[in-house]
Amino acid sequence: MTTRDWKNLVLGAVLLGIAALLPLTGDAYAIALGVNIAMYGVLATSWALFSGPTHYISLATAAFFGVGTYVTASGIDVLPYWALPPLAGIIGGILAGIVGLATLRLSGVYFVIFTLGLAEMIRQIVTWRQNATGHKGSYVLTDLTENHIYWQLLGVAALVYLAGWAIGRSRLGFALRIIGDDEQVASHLGINTAVSKVALFIVPGAVAAIVGAMIAPRYIYIEPSTAFTPMLSFQVVIMAMLGGTGRLWGPIVGVIPFTLLWEVISVSFPNQTTLLLGLCFLLIVYLLPNGFVGLFQKIHARALSKEAYQ
Amino acid sequence: MRDGAQVLSLRGATKRFGGLVAVDGIDFDVHEHEVLGLIGPNGSGKSTTLNLISGALAPTSGTITLRGAPISGQPAREIARRGVARTFQLVRLLPSMTVLENVTAGAVFGHRRRWGHAAEAQALAVLEKVGLAGAAQSRVGQLTYIDTKRVELARALAGDPEVLLLDEWLAGLNPTELEQGIDLIHKLRDEGRTVVLVEHVMDAIRSLCDACVVMSSGRKIAEGTPGEVLSDPEVVRAYLGDDNA
Repeated sequence: MTTRDWKNLVLGAVLLGIAALLPLTGDAYAIALGVNIAMYGVLATSWALFSGPTHYISLATAAFFGVGTYVTASGIDVLPYWALPPLAGIIGGILAGIVGLATLRLSGVYFVIFTLGLAEMIRQIVTWRQNATGHKGSYVLTDLTENHIYWQLLGVAALVYLAGWAIGRSRLGFALRIIGDDEQVASHLGINTAVSKVALFIVPGAVAAIVGAMIAPRYIYIEPSTAFTPMLSFQVVIMAMLGGTGRLWGPIVGVIPFTLLWEVISVSFPNQTTLLLGLCFLLIVYLLPNGFVGLFQKIHARALSKEAYQ
Repeated sequence: MRDGAQVLSLRGATKRFGGLVAVDGIDFDVHEHEVLGLIGPNGSGKSTTLNLISGALAPTSGTITLRGAPISGQPAREIARRGVARTFQLVRLLPSMTVLENVTAGAVFGHRRRWGHAAEAQALAVLEKVGLAGAAQSRVGQLTYIDTKRVELARALAGDPEVLLLDEWLAGLNPTELEQGIDLIHKLRDEGRTVVLVEHVMDAIRSLCDACVVMSSGRKIAEGTPGEVLSDPEVVRAYLGDDNA
């Protein structure tokens, strides 16, 4: 590891440590916002690990997230809570692996539509099963507080960042960037494109399921329409793009302002949220095609060229 | 120089696209340290033959062997690992990466796989060889046309392939660049690389190739040294039509 790697590692640990102090303020509203930011931060960062280099836009976040909440909802009476998030991760990972094998041959828009349809399909299956068995939703009653959920999510965030950092320095990460640039070149270089893509698609799938399992106690009452809401998938994509997917720290830079903005929108315009979400998406794509990361790099490059002229 | 060991052999290699037979029962051998030119008029199946060797396309029938082991029908990634590297007719670089990263990709995933400093050192050495040592940190979008071709060649060389396939590597170069390009391939030849090149530039074929295979309408119509095949009446007919033969 280089000095720069160590510096980034220490910086990341310090920032996470500071973030972990938030519950000490005792401000319930701030902590609730903190849970949202941590949740979207983990989801968007893990989403960008796969979709960033490959440019495959996955709308399957809600599918894996929903599966995770249902792992908690159906397992809470049988298993101790601590076993549920890891179990959700394993189930989410396996599901992502199967979906990946089936769909990663699809290109561009077909992949997007399939992932969107996947969340809807699982939601319909769960609804159908609930109708068939006669009970509509299920309760998740635990003594976990918002503080616990927040700290758990920060723990997952630390793992996701470490995983992202390791992947970025691995053959797999390099292979994914090559595949994202030109898949035909990748296969002619000797890269197993299918295996590489599926291997990395499993990461956001497992993480989203873990997050879903951890968030379930917050919802208390779990029903398919909230667990599998497609809005979640879109929000994750928008936040990751707002931040920029070219760097590991990119998505969180988009998550923080967007979560705050979203808070304002859903409080002030509760009936127009979808409309305003669409509007935000258009604005981001139009004004910041490469997100804050791209903007930062542009400013940086401009500063460098200015120096060169002086 | 036809005394080296056989590296690559094609036996009855055939590719059909529906009713069209693009490559029709081609046989030839490529020996170690040999530069073999695959020539013929437009549409004669040269590039398709190259695609069959590299695994971009699977042959409809026939066998292709690399050092005695069949590679026909294997996926491109497997053939690349066994030691076949290629450039593309239309240059394909990795646009989001620097020149060095493009070439490192070849060193990391090619036939002989390296990682970390070893891969980067290999990439720099190959860049030096193709005359791009100074451009390692450039973005590929900033390169001139011949330099993009050099990067692609360097990427193919970085994995130390057993056989290098060049698909019209000299096409589209201006006269000065062409001279540089021919010199570069000469250098590869002097190093003892085994090369199959599809080419239209006759000067290059005469000065570079140890052997030539001439294709027309998917079939092999002549084989031999460049001097022999280029004076073969059937080859002249294929290129220029009956009146000139």
